[in-house]
Amino acid sequence: MSSSDGHARAHHPHLADHFESIEKQDHAARLGMWLFLGTEVLLFAGLFLGYTVYRHFYHETFHHCSRALNITLGTTNTIVLITSSLTVALALWAVRAGKKNLAIGLLVFTILCAFGFLGIKYLEYAHKFEVGELPGKWFRAEELMQYPAANMYFTIYFLTTGLHAFHVIVGMSVLIWVLKGILKGRYTPDYYVPVELGALYWHLVDLVWIFLFPLLYLI
Amino acid sequence: MSQSSPVASQPSENKPVYPAVNYLNADRGIRSWLLTLDHKRIALMYFASVLFFFLVGGIFAMAIRLELLTPGPTIMGANTYNRMFTLHGVVMIFLFMIPAIPGVFGNFLLPLMLGAKDVAFPKLNLLSLYLYWTGATLAVAGMVMGGTDTGWTLYAPYSTTTPMTVFPVVLGIFVLGFSSILTGLNFIVTTHTLRAPGMTWMRMQLFVWAIYATSIIQVLATPVIGLTVMLVGIEKIGGFGLFDATKGGDPVLFQHFFWFYSHPAVYIMVLPSMGVISDAIAAVARKNVFGYKMIAYSSLGIAFVGFFAWGHHMFVSGQSPFDNGAFAVISMFVGVFTAIKVFNWVGTLYRGAIAVNALFVYICGFLFFIVFGGMTGIAVATVSLDVHWHDTYFVVAHFHFIMVGAVIMGFLIAIHYWFPKMFGKKYHEGWAMVSASFIVLGFITTFIPQFLAGNAGMPRRYYMYPERFQALNVASTAGSSLLAFGFIIIAIYLIYALMRGEIAGDNPWHSRGIEWMTTSPPDKHNFTKPIVITQDPHTYQEPGEEVEHVVI
Repeated sequence: MSSSDGHARAHHPHLADHFESIEKQDHAARLGMWLFLGTEVLLFAGLFLGYTVYRHFYHETFHHCSRALNITLGTTNTIVLITSSLTVALALWAVRAGKKNLAIGLLVFTILCAFGFLGIKYLEYAHKFEVGELPGKWFRAEELMQYPAANMYFTIYFLTTGLHAFHVIVGMSVLIWVLKGILKGRYTPDYYVPVELGALYWHLVDLVWIFLFPLLYLI
Repeated sequence: MSQSSPVASQPSENKPVYPAVNYLNADRGIRSWLLTLDHKRIALMYFASVLFFFLVGGIFAMAIRLELLTPGPTIMGANTYNRMFTLHGVVMIFLFMIPAIPGVFGNFLLPLMLGAKDVAFPKLNLLSLYLYWTGATLAVAGMVMGGTDTGWTLYAPYSTTTPMTVFPVVLGIFVLGFSSILTGLNFIVTTHTLRAPGMTWMRMQLFVWAIYATSIIQVLATPVIGLTVMLVGIEKIGGFGLFDATKGGDPVLFQHFFWFYSHPAVYIMVLPSMGVISDAIAAVARKNVFGYKMIAYSSLGIAFVGFFAWGHHMFVSGQSPFDNGAFAVISMFVGVFTAIKVFNWVGTLYRGAIAVNALFVYICGFLFFIVFGGMTGIAVATVSLDVHWHDTYFVVAHFHFIMVGAVIMGFLIAIHYWFPKMFGKKYHEGWAMVSASFIVLGFITTFIPQFLAGNAGMPRRYYMYPERFQALNVASTAGSSLLAFGFIIIAIYLIYALMRGEIAGDNPWHSRGIEWMTTSPPDKHNFTKPIVITQDPHTYQEPGEEVEHVVI
């Protein structure tokens, strides 16, 4: 591509009319995505603040309720998610290197990891519903009743992991959409920004979990 | 060029022309509007929408004022009254003031002022308009049919336990938040990536700086109100107990969440207005803006400090004395940055060739309101004083001085200053002066008595009040009728101007703003040829177009 040609507009097929060059346009797209990720961080920040406040109020309760979570499943999920973050980064590299089949394989693996994460989360949730370790007025777990405001731990647990699970679903859908684009051959070493943005979003989903896991499971 | 009517007069030799092809008539049909990606058309659709909601919110305001005409029941029952002030607050804040200047004038002018063809993400821009319509419909329908009576503040635990429906309103606010975030994000990226060649940061007009600072707040604060209203919704439907003290929850936590957004939101409303003033005052005084950099940086300063001031809403909510003191001091810094702007605006007027027109009347009104509103802001930020004034009409009057006084003056200046830009027509200057006087005087008559009533102890949001406050309330209601009258006059002469107004020409104010360097109304692609910026902004003292009367 002769995109450094300053005089005549380099005619990149994806260059919108109001941008001077594809580099500027890509820069705009990345900046926009980073800002959007910033809003996501602030969305979760509110819940983390709620966590901090109630853990401060009910320190002992949080410690004991945390034992009710399944650390094995939690750890497995952490590994699944971190692995998927690696493979999505590799998929981006593969697209940039023009290795289409490798990119498809890595992205499919990432999406399967997302499904795996949700599956394991479902097992955990199902158990919680069974024993009544639930938020607010639904809380009925007898053995934790002795701790004050034990329901609050599960309120926080379900709010944070629930919002995170929702983001996993969104991120997964984005990755499926990106995968479709790769299958259609839309993304090339010259034009890979949507793949990059999808991967960035997936990293955020991963990052949130990296904070949630120790705060909920390992206290 | 010796006639006395100063700035709005035309260059005598050439008759102003209306561009045959412009963004208004380049494409035709309803689809070309609803599916447009042109930032100017999106701005006009915002314009129509926010004006509609301003009318709706204004009608609710008048209903409240009429109810408070007498100490007892006047025209409505107590429940209706509660619903009225909720409707008034939600509509005016979320549907009018937050999108008003960024949505209309930000959209229309930001790309023009940067010398760009459009905003960075035109589709996202259209999406944010549709999200605005969706959120507005949800919120208003929810309040009208569900009878929300919580006030716009939605304080828990009342909002989570009231028998009235709250969910559609919080869902509406959530969607509106998305709209606001996308607009802010778009503007930030536009400012970073679409500046024309030669447009350095220090050459951006002050309106751009203000919109940029506003966008930062929109992007960083709005997610938190999204989360907050989501939690209220979950709480109301699911009973998660997050703000319910009987389940170990903390209602004050709600207030922290709420004000973390809603205090900076005040600056989402007022910063764009300050930007409008900065641009218009230079054109009215025909003088370079005094202290350009200070005005630009103080916008960023307000945006920054505004994030750490929210606790001043909770002086009587059981915050620790240390926190109260800290939040008080931080809040006062907002006053410092605002004062920097005010001094610079006054410095701009000083020895300028001031055109005495409607814009100038509004600017004077604005300066008075921002100083008075700002000074009472320092007063209510003082903990010991606020304990007395908290939740009284004193606070109502204070924030109306900022939100109506400053913001709506800015909005009106923007409408008048850029009306020729947007539509290529001129409005009637005489009627504009008349209505401006009505509005400034009406505003003073409406809200000064509220300061007095509040100081004497009249609480806000009460349906009935003791006999002794009646005189002040009658004065306030009388003032609000003056205000309403002023707005009706504006509506009439602007509609008249739209239909049969004189053709304005490209630059009727002889302004040096970059948005005036194209035709009025602009071409679909803004500038017909690529532009290069070679001058600092607001350069009124450069040689060039003659100034009508002499600077002493």
